[in-house]
Amino acid sequence: MIYKKNDARIITRGMKDGLPICLGYFAVSFAFGMLAVTSGLSVLQAVGLSLTNLTSAGQVAGVSLIQAGADYYEMALTQLIINLRYCLMSFSLSQKIDRKAPFFHRFFISYGITDEIFAVAASQKDKVGPGYIYGLISVAAPGWVLGTLCGAVAGNLMPASLVNALGIAIYGMFLAIIIPQAKSDKVILACVAGAMVLSALFEVLPGLKRVSAGFVIIIVTVVVAGTAAWLFPVKEPSGEDREHGT
Amino acid sequence: MEHNIYIYILVMAGVTYLIRALPLVLVKREITSPFIKSFLYYVPYATLAAMTFPAILDSTGSVLSAVCGFGTALLLSYMEKSLLTVSLCSCGVVFVVERLIL
Repeated sequence: MIYKKNDARIITRGMKDGLPICLGYFAVSFAFGMLAVTSGLSVLQAVGLSLTNLTSAGQVAGVSLIQAGADYYEMALTQLIINLRYCLMSFSLSQKIDRKAPFFHRFFISYGITDEIFAVAASQKDKVGPGYIYGLISVAAPGWVLGTLCGAVAGNLMPASLVNALGIAIYGMFLAIIIPQAKSDKVILACVAGAMVLSALFEVLPGLKRVSAGFVIIIVTVVVAGTAAWLFPVKEPSGEDREHGT
Repeated sequence: MEHNIYIYILVMAGVTYLIRALPLVLVKREITSPFIKSFLYYVPYATLAAMTFPAILDSTGSVLSAVCGFGTALLLSYMEKSLLTVSLCSCGVVFVVERLIL
């Protein structure tokens, strides 16, 4: 793979693929900005939080802990649990990143490992170079930060119907990532269906209801992906070109 | 409030960054175990599906509009439309459905 010569094109491709993430982020972080300000954070703090954390569930939980005046260690522990899924993604990405790329890039790419950026990067057919991920981050992250800013400043000025409609954007994107793969691979289809059913059970069953959202994602992922890997190990790809999703 | 909000933010950012960076920085070699390889192959699909459902049902103003948006997204992504198309069309359907109800 000669990515040196194609750097600009690869970054541009990343930026283009980052656009739907940017829009989805804007919608979600807009709501977060409103929440943060009504929870007692200043606009600067809300924006700073989004810029440094770049994560939805963790930030929402963080704001409620700040409001409750929780201890710092409790904050750290909560973030650890909610964001533990990034550990899985980072691990997965460590296998997906082009090995020829200089190592220091990994320190910067790490900042941008979110559900969406990971999903888009992981669904690429080949190994991904740092440039592609930088492209994704450079478009997606500003959407998250700007959305927070706009939500914090002008949350009440936007009609609710528009905010509601934007709320589904991120999930539409998730489905656009997983459904086409599920169409062609029955095991992936089973993973998708199984994960949805399992996470729905966590939502409705009395005992499981108390498990936090971050933990549900971890448990469901480990159980479903683990079962699939145990029952249907992926055939060893012969060439680099078949290496999608690992 | 005795706690400083900026320290909270630093704690959050520090923990979150370390979770993201450690595996990527520490795992340098290619993994050969078929089980781990397969596991990592299935991870994104399981994670995204778990995050999407049932959370998508609460993502809009009403469950009805969310179901319509969900259906739209399923149909369009089955037709292999682009991420942006699927995303915006489901937003559009939610918007229209909520207008019709109100």
